[in-house]
Amino acid sequence: MSTGTPTPSSTPSSTPSSTPSSTSTSTPVAKAPERPKYAPQTRGGGPFGQRVQERSMSFVPSLRRLLGQLRPERGVLLAAVALTVVGIGMSVVGPRILGTATDIIVTGVTGGRSIDFRALGSTLLLALGLYVVSSLVLLLQGYLLNGAVQRSVRRLRDLVEAKIHRLPLSYFDRQTRGELLSRVTNDIDNVAQSLQQTLSQLLTSLLTVIGVTVMMFVVSPVLAIIALVTIPVALGVTTVIGKRAQRLFVAQWRSTGELNSHIEEAFTGQSLVKVFGRQREVEQVFAERNDAVYRASFGAQFVSGLIMPTMFFIGNLNYVVIAVVGGLRVATGTMSLGDVQAFIQYSRQFTQPLTQVASMANLLQSGVASAERVFEVLDAEEQTVDGTTVLPATVRGRVAFEDVSFSYAPETPLIEHLSLVAEPGQTIAVVGPTGAGKTTLVNLLMRFYDPRSGRILLDGVDVATVPRSVLRSEVGMVLQDTWLFHGTIHDNIAYGRPDASEPDILAAAEATYVDRFVRSLPDGYATVIDEEGSNVSAGERQLITIARAFLADPTLLILDEATSSVDTRTEVLVQQAMAALRSARTSFVIAHRLSTIRDADVILVMEAGAIVEQGSHAELLERRGAYWRLYEAQFAGAVE
Amino acid sequence: MLIRLLRTHLLRPYGRLLLGVLVLQLVGTLASLYLPSLNASIIDRGVLTGDTAFIWRTGKVMLAVSLLQIVCSAVATYLGARAAMGFGRDVRGAVFDRVLSFSARELNHFGAPSLITRTTNDVQQVQMLALLSSTVFVAAPITMVGGVVMALREDVVLSWLIIVAVPVLVVAIGLLIWRMRPLFRVVQTRIDAVNRVLREQITGIRVVRAFVREPFEAARFGEANAGLTATQTSVGRYQAALFPIVMLVLNVSSVAVLWFGAQRIDAGQMQIGALTAFLTYLVQILMSVMMATFLLMIAPRAAVCAERIGEVLGTESSVVPPVDGVRTTTVASRVRFEHVGFTYPGADSPVLHDVTFTAEPGRTTAIIGSTGSGKTTLVSLVPRLFDATAGTTEVDGVDVRRLEPEALWSRIGLVPQRAFLFSGTVASNLRYGRPDATDDELWAALRTAQAEDFVRAMPEQLEAPIAQGGTNVSGGQRQRLAIARALVKQPEVYVFDDAFSALDVATDARLRAALARETEGACVIIVGQRVATIRDADLIVVLEDGRVVGQGTHEELLNGCPTYAEIVDSQRSAAEVLA
Repeated sequence: MSTGTPTPSSTPSSTPSSTPSSTSTSTPVAKAPERPKYAPQTRGGGPFGQRVQERSMSFVPSLRRLLGQLRPERGVLLAAVALTVVGIGMSVVGPRILGTATDIIVTGVTGGRSIDFRALGSTLLLALGLYVVSSLVLLLQGYLLNGAVQRSVRRLRDLVEAKIHRLPLSYFDRQTRGELLSRVTNDIDNVAQSLQQTLSQLLTSLLTVIGVTVMMFVVSPVLAIIALVTIPVALGVTTVIGKRAQRLFVAQWRSTGELNSHIEEAFTGQSLVKVFGRQREVEQVFAERNDAVYRASFGAQFVSGLIMPTMFFIGNLNYVVIAVVGGLRVATGTMSLGDVQAFIQYSRQFTQPLTQVASMANLLQSGVASAERVFEVLDAEEQTVDGTTVLPATVRGRVAFEDVSFSYAPETPLIEHLSLVAEPGQTIAVVGPTGAGKTTLVNLLMRFYDPRSGRILLDGVDVATVPRSVLRSEVGMVLQDTWLFHGTIHDNIAYGRPDASEPDILAAAEATYVDRFVRSLPDGYATVIDEEGSNVSAGERQLITIARAFLADPTLLILDEATSSVDTRTEVLVQQAMAALRSARTSFVIAHRLSTIRDADVILVMEAGAIVEQGSHAELLERRGAYWRLYEAQFAGAVE
Repeated sequence: MLIRLLRTHLLRPYGRLLLGVLVLQLVGTLASLYLPSLNASIIDRGVLTGDTAFIWRTGKVMLAVSLLQIVCSAVATYLGARAAMGFGRDVRGAVFDRVLSFSARELNHFGAPSLITRTTNDVQQVQMLALLSSTVFVAAPITMVGGVVMALREDVVLSWLIIVAVPVLVVAIGLLIWRMRPLFRVVQTRIDAVNRVLREQITGIRVVRAFVREPFEAARFGEANAGLTATQTSVGRYQAALFPIVMLVLNVSSVAVLWFGAQRIDAGQMQIGALTAFLTYLVQILMSVMMATFLLMIAPRAAVCAERIGEVLGTESSVVPPVDGVRTTTVASRVRFEHVGFTYPGADSPVLHDVTFTAEPGRTTAIIGSTGSGKTTLVSLVPRLFDATAGTTEVDGVDVRRLEPEALWSRIGLVPQRAFLFSGTVASNLRYGRPDATDDELWAALRTAQAEDFVRAMPEQLEAPIAQGGTNVSGGQRQRLAIARALVKQPEVYVFDDAFSALDVATDARLRAALARETEGACVIIVGQRVATIRDADLIVVLEDGRVVGQGTHEELLNGCPTYAEIVDSQRSAAEVLA
């Protein structure tokens, strides 16, 4: 995420900015079934839904809050400020001393005698000493500030990470993942960068301006007033240009966003673009947006690029006026040449930090805008506080839904007055068309969502009163979405139970047919699952998730389309493994393929959020109702 | 690569603009270099002699020179920004066009996310370098050379100070940057690591919570975060050192100038005004050296990006359109695979091996096999998303490699495995293959695809917005819209690549029944997992490890093909228990 112009005058900016190859990009393909179907786009941004990242509505409060993140570093910051005052103070006195040195030379020359080298030497030595010490002090200041900023950013990252785990699941469903990801990655990076780059410089620059102003008055109040006139001029110019540049930068960001979203879409759907003969249109849209980016960014760069030469000009103007006025004053004998020379140096030192403050303001603005977006995440409403009820020492696994009603959006009711009972050890299968609310049952049981009314009981205890972690550690879950983390296959299986022994892990892998394909991998269990999962097929990933749940050895087992990515022959094998896994524990199985669930104790047929039929496979077939129709549709083919 | 990229896309097309920048910067810099010299004469001839008229006169000249300088500077910025932004636009365009020309093979090689980053972020990085070089850095060498010349004019003997100060500064900054460069790379990988953990936590939030692994995740994140902080702290330390070091060199040089200058003045070899001017020049020279050194810091990063861009631009599509392609054919919509083989470059074993069969018009041909058996690769050969590495794929009796791509594609309706929708509306997606389709035709296609109901239920119906990728509709809905999109196109050849997987069985059955009526006369190729989906096909091709292990009708295969029988077995076991 580029933040406009890296002002070349500033110190060597740019730690490598954010958005590397992997962070940005790729809207993750949302696979979670039955998420609110028709959620309104969270952010405006017109038909293309790209995010427009400008608006810093409450700049000052956000800035204050951002600086508040530095509060734990108060001591360090105070020391840094003190050091800056000392360092800047010393370096600001420097030109004055050099001016004295010039005067010694001038006196020598104009007086006709030779220069007093002893006086000159000691003056210059003093200057040299001041410069060296001030450099060291400023170096130390930089070290301290850097540490403080880095630690603060680290804390901010930790805060956000911790927040993720406290947000209700509805938060993740409401927002597109790309949007949220962008906040927790790109925006934090941007905050880090702008803090890193602005803080030290702003401090140094501001203090330099103050110090120089003071020194100028000490040397010559008249010239100082002349020089000070340039401040409002400089500020006026930078705000006028800066405002316009800011507008253009916003346009640049917006058009870049539009272009990037088009690129993303064109590349992700590239084969469709071709086969559907849309290459020309896609190229045309690209060309238009590419051109829009060109025009916007060219304008932004040009206008913001004007700040530098303009400030330069103001600096020069100042310089000329001081030279002239100073020259006149020397000529009339009211001022020494050394003082004029010192003054010229001061005026140089004066405009440069001013320019820097102006350009830092830009960077800071972008950083604060990002910080605001991060704060929005931090301020999001958290899930309800956990209850304190304890579960019985050994949970038998009786699950009861009592008159449960729930909907993702108030206006579209999903589950209404649903009741069901699963006895310990039973396998409950849930079938029904997409959108019937099957996964919602799981979401409620796991307390990813809480019901609007009614209760869910585990062994007679209302799950809403039990800490979520306690409830969840009784449950093992395998989802259609084969999520694995970046780590070895071994570690991914062990994810199910961190304290599992090696033989346990191996046994789980063998029972779920993971062992079979792992043996054929060159690195075996040490194979690292990579980002795209290209080294392990979708089916194999699913097997690993099954092994993970197997290892967890829970009281309750939830299988939500757990074998949908496995081919049917492998599935038969996995079914056997899962049958073993299901024995003696209450299981909920959601499946499209009815073959998966035929031996379930109870089959629930759901339609539109209600259970329309329930019973065993044989009973339901006999009834020739909804289940029978589903069954016919699926098996009419396979059975002659 | 960076240099080549800059040469072909910046220097060549925008050479004139850059020349303009150079000239203007030259004038501007000379103007700013002239100022200290004017100031020197103000001191020597005005101040010391008390000639106020001279001071005023020279002051006016100084202002004029100053004005000239800002005008040059502004115009140079204008030209430089135009050149650099134009460069960015052109490179983006080149990369984009190249990626569009890629076949699925190159796409898979790079991966879409990586290609997106290369087109957007990487280009931006290089563009930034182009901008800085064509506006700021152009001025640096000019200032340096000009400064040296002017300093020599003021006093030759004292110039040895420049010879000492410049290398000292270069070495000091160079050393810092040299130490920082490898760290930049580390920072990048650590940022990636932190972001990866966060991304995983968000995408896997259900799993993390289900397994109560929040503490583990927090530890994993903490580790990544600490690693990043450590590296960034050390980079920050070097950066913090930069400014004080530069200032120290500058200030020490100033002190030296005064000391040694005083001796020359004392000896009558130099004037006081010259001393002041010399001081200013020295500062200007050192500043420009500093600027130039900073380029070294940005350049490595841009070089990496340029490398990545170069990789894309240097990759030719493995699917090359024919020079004088066949447009019309006589035989209608028949797809024939003849001894087709496909091997990924560098792979040991072929994905497809000696596949031969014909998909006849008016018939349904199904391809079944376990995951990884090469089904998707096989059907991708028809629209030339890949080219076979052995044998030929024919459409309408013509090798697809000899067909004009547009002519080929216009015949094919593809429903890919991963249903992907484009941002826009339902209607704009459905019209993707045939922009002039009427609303009635869209509804008809939706009806066939069993998508009518849910589209009707949307408040805006056909004009309902679709988010990029189709993420605002469910997987099953997405798949049905993708099927409807192919239907609207009314192609001669349909390719359904596992296109029914997200549908529940009932919908699947209804859809297939409706589809059969709609695709009459067309050549339909279905890749499937469920036996129910494909059992009625006129020809079933069974793939196993990239080879055809059986082809025929359902009944024929049940007896003649063990693999097929096994697959069927695995799916009907439930039914048979009861039968």
